[in-house]
Amino acid sequence: MAMTRDEVYSKVKEVLVDALGVDDDEIKENATLIGDLGAESIDFLDIVFRLEKTFSIKIPKGELFPDDILQNPEFVDQGKMTAKGLAQLKEAMPHADFTEFEANPEVDAMPSLFTVKTIVNYVTHKTAA
Amino acid sequence: MRWIWIDKFIDFESGVRATAIKNVSLAEEHLHDHFPGYPVMPASLIIEGMAQTAGILVGEARNFEEKVILAKVKRAVFRREVRPGERITYEATIDQVTEEAAVTTGRVTVEGEELAQIDIVFSHIDNNLSGLEFPKENFVFTDDFKSLLQSYNVGRGK
Repeated sequence: MAMTRDEVYSKVKEVLVDALGVDDDEIKENATLIGDLGAESIDFLDIVFRLEKTFSIKIPKGELFPDDILQNPEFVDQGKMTAKGLAQLKEAMPHADFTEFEANPEVDAMPSLFTVKTIVNYVTHKTAA
Repeated sequence: MRWIWIDKFIDFESGVRATAIKNVSLAEEHLHDHFPGYPVMPASLIIEGMAQTAGILVGEARNFEEKVILAKVKRAVFRREVRPGERITYEATIDQVTEEAAVTTGRVTVEGEELAQIDIVFSHIDNNLSGLEFPKENFVFTDDFKSLLQSYNVGRGK
C-alpha cells in the first residue's frame, strides 16, 4: 500500500536527523540540505543509502540529486544555467520546486533546489509507483 | 611505513564481513602520552582500526581496483576503555556497496565485551567528486600493502 505524504515526511525527517546529526525541529519542508542543514557532498550518498533502506526503493545514480548536468558545457555558461540546461535540470528533477531558481539560474544557487520537500516529493512519487 | 592499526585478520568473507584483531601493548609510545600514568587506547585510533578492517573488506570486494577513502563516520559510540594487554576485535559488515560508495557497520569488542559500535561511509573517489582527478596509481591499496595482506590470506578467497 502506498504511504501518505505525511508518513513519508516523518520518515524522511528521521533519515535526515540520523544522516546529518541535526535536531528534528531544524527540519522544515523548505530547509535546504546544504545551506540550512549543513550537508556536505558525501552526506548525499549517505542520504540516498538510508532512503533506499528505509523505503525499500532503488535510487539510480543522479535521479534524486542530478550532478552530471553541471559537467556539460552546453548547459552552463558563465556560471549560469543556459535555457537548455535549465530545461534538462527541470526534466531531471520533477520533484523540485523551481520557482525561485528559474528567475536567476546561477549554478551557485543550485543547492537551493535540494530541500527537504524535494526529497519528500521524490520518495512519495517513487513509493506510489 | 604504513600506518596500520590492526594486527591480523582472523576471518574474512569476501564482500560480506571481516574480523580483525589488535593487541594493545605498552610498547606503543603514544600510550605513554595518552595519558601519562593512565594509558588507554585513544578512541580515534579505535575508529582507525575499524576503518582499516572495513576499508580492506570494501576494497577487496572490488579486487582493490577502487581507491577507497573514509568519507564519513556515521556513528561511533564507545562503552568502555581499552588498557594495555587487552585485545580488540573488530567485526565489520558491508551494508551496501555501489559504484560510488560503500557503507559498513561495525562492532568492536574486548574479550567478548562490547567496546564500541562504529558505522562508516567509504567513497570510491574515482567515481565521485566529479571533475576532480586523482593520481592513476592506487595510493590506498599499494603493492606493499597488498603483499602484507596476503600474509593474512586476504584477497585469495574468491
